[in-house]
Amino acid sequence: MSTTTTTTSAQTPAPVRTYRSYARPLWMRSLMTHEAAVIALLIAVFAWANGNVANFDGPLTLYYLFLDTAPILLIALPMTLVIVTGEIDLSVASIVGVSAALTGVFHVDAGLSLPVAATLAVGVGIVAGALNGFLVAYVGLPSLAVTIGTLALFRGIAVGLLGDSSITDFPDKWTDLAKERLVEESAYPMILLPIAVLAVVFVLLLHFTGFGRGIYEIGLNDEAARFTGVNVERTKFMLFVLSGAVSAFAGVYYALRYGSVRGDSAYGLELQVIAAVLLGGVSIFGGRGALHGVLAGVLLIGVISSAMRLEGETVNKINIVIGVLLVLSVISTSFLSWASGLRSGRRWPWASRSRPDRAARQPQS
Amino acid sequence: MFRSRRVATLAAVTLVAGLSLTACGGDDGDSGSGGGDSSITMLPKNLGNPYFDTSTAGAEKAAEELDAEVEEVGPDTASPEAQVPFINTAAQQGVGGLIVSANDPEAICDALTEAMDAGVSVVTFDSDTNPECRDLFINQATAEGIAKVQVDLIAEQIGGSGEVAVLSAAANATNQNAWIEMMEAELETSYPDIELVDIVYGDDDDQKSFDQTAALLQAHPDLKGIISPTTVGIAAAARYLSDSEHKGKVALTGLGTPNQMREYVENGTVEAFALWNPEDLGYLAMYATKALVDGDIEGEEGDTFEAGDLGEYTVGADGEVLLGDPYVFNKDNIGDFDF
Repeated sequence: MSTTTTTTSAQTPAPVRTYRSYARPLWMRSLMTHEAAVIALLIAVFAWANGNVANFDGPLTLYYLFLDTAPILLIALPMTLVIVTGEIDLSVASIVGVSAALTGVFHVDAGLSLPVAATLAVGVGIVAGALNGFLVAYVGLPSLAVTIGTLALFRGIAVGLLGDSSITDFPDKWTDLAKERLVEESAYPMILLPIAVLAVVFVLLLHFTGFGRGIYEIGLNDEAARFTGVNVERTKFMLFVLSGAVSAFAGVYYALRYGSVRGDSAYGLELQVIAAVLLGGVSIFGGRGALHGVLAGVLLIGVISSAMRLEGETVNKINIVIGVLLVLSVISTSFLSWASGLRSGRRWPWASRSRPDRAARQPQS
Repeated sequence: MFRSRRVATLAAVTLVAGLSLTACGGDDGDSGSGGGDSSITMLPKNLGNPYFDTSTAGAEKAAEELDAEVEEVGPDTASPEAQVPFINTAAQQGVGGLIVSANDPEAICDALTEAMDAGVSVVTFDSDTNPECRDLFINQATAEGIAKVQVDLIAEQIGGSGEVAVLSAAANATNQNAWIEMMEAELETSYPDIELVDIVYGDDDDQKSFDQTAALLQAHPDLKGIISPTTVGIAAAARYLSDSEHKGKVALTGLGTPNQMREYVENGTVEAFALWNPEDLGYLAMYATKALVDGDIEGEEGDTFEAGDLGEYTVGADGEVLLGDPYVFNKDNIGDFDF
């Protein structure tokens, strides 16, 4: 990040920095962020609902909350990485659909055991992700166009596999496992275990490896990233493969959680995932965002929906609240920096400042 | 630069936090909606669907008569996954009863079972789940009843003899195929002079059904009647007939909704068509649920209960309650319906 200073002072015995490592103290850097705001909001809403919404403090609330948000939590992990590179993957819900359908077809129709069927389904998810990744990274097509195409393609395959029928003969052993609690009577379902493992893996990958730093660099400026030695193509390709694999795993969970798969399983899920990722503070232009904010974003949407449903609000009102929240969250940062830019006399603050500004912020994210 | 960004984030935090409080704090005082044994939740396949608006109106009418509390909730798309959170919510609230039209017979089963474990009486209407996942199913019509009413209507309209044809949905549509089979049997036994000359498929696509109607009339110049056991098909066929020289000469009946068919009934293209009355369906579902919640019935075969204006009903095999014969819509009564 600051290689320029060391090169000039290579010969001098004790290079003395004339500036501080960070302009702001640690507490400010960690608390005055979009991510911290989302987490604070999550805690506030949760505490408020606990005190004010009837039955919200019941034993079932958290359990259902985790079961319902599990696919979104899972897919949001790779989606964050993809969006940080400035790309997008709209085909995730269709991969969930294909994978769920294949789990049913392989297990129920072809008689394979469930672990084998699930592995095959995840394998197909990897292939689907590799197709996206190849077209985006190596052919160089825009991911928006590619994944709109594969969204239709994979959904078409899922519907083609099942027609308007549904597969429901999953053995209780496996469907129960999808809903099993970690400990008897606890609010935490078993699915949190793979989610936690994957979350740790993705946090390490994004925030603590060279690969992860490459992801941010690509999002900020992929040309510059290439010059600093980041393998842009391979990085993007890997991310789409990861996205396909995790989406397919979510598809297996989907099939077992509902004990039923249809061609339209998880229809529209991609927008819920992307909404949660953006709410969590990831910039749609790439280069900015952190996983703890995204996880909080997913849970925030879940808690708001859960509380509003318990209040007897209709789905339309829930959608309005989440939509407004998302729009405000996206525009608040840009608008306020634009406003403060006006004050300091810059005419086009977003154009002249956005790149260096985000570059300066990148290592701390 | 850093200073202004700090101001910006701080402002963002306050802004977002402020929003959430206003958004969720809408009705502070009345947070006890749901809960309690008397309250009943109505969960249609999706909201904003005139058919279910009508059934909910029926349920609300019954709730008023019973002095019960009913609340309609539901997803915006008719998918089983979207229904599950609402079923879960009903279980969390511990409502007395849940009336649901299932988007999938199996997928919402576990959620319903959990709700029943939590003490909620579960009644399905319009679209059933597996019998073990609910206490009662309010069935709008039997396949036999649906087949019979359409055959009777067409026979009456063409005078009991001549060629008829069927304009169905997709060739592999389960419901339609079962009905057509029963219609053929019914024609054979009750109306031997009526000949079923053709079955065509409009795939529940408006344009295709329209074209198939045209083709039918060309291929069978002596055709006297068309039965279309699907709402899309009958509306498209009526649209074709009303602008053609066959209007009033070729009879058309089948299953349709009043809003789609109003124009053609009023201009004389269609004499009468059938469906059930969703308002009665919701009304009956509400009475049945209330009877379950109050412990008047257990949902066993042979249990009887009163359903207000509709009279007395008996629970049949597999916990089914049959609304009755399909409802016939004609010029005289179509104005009473809006769905």
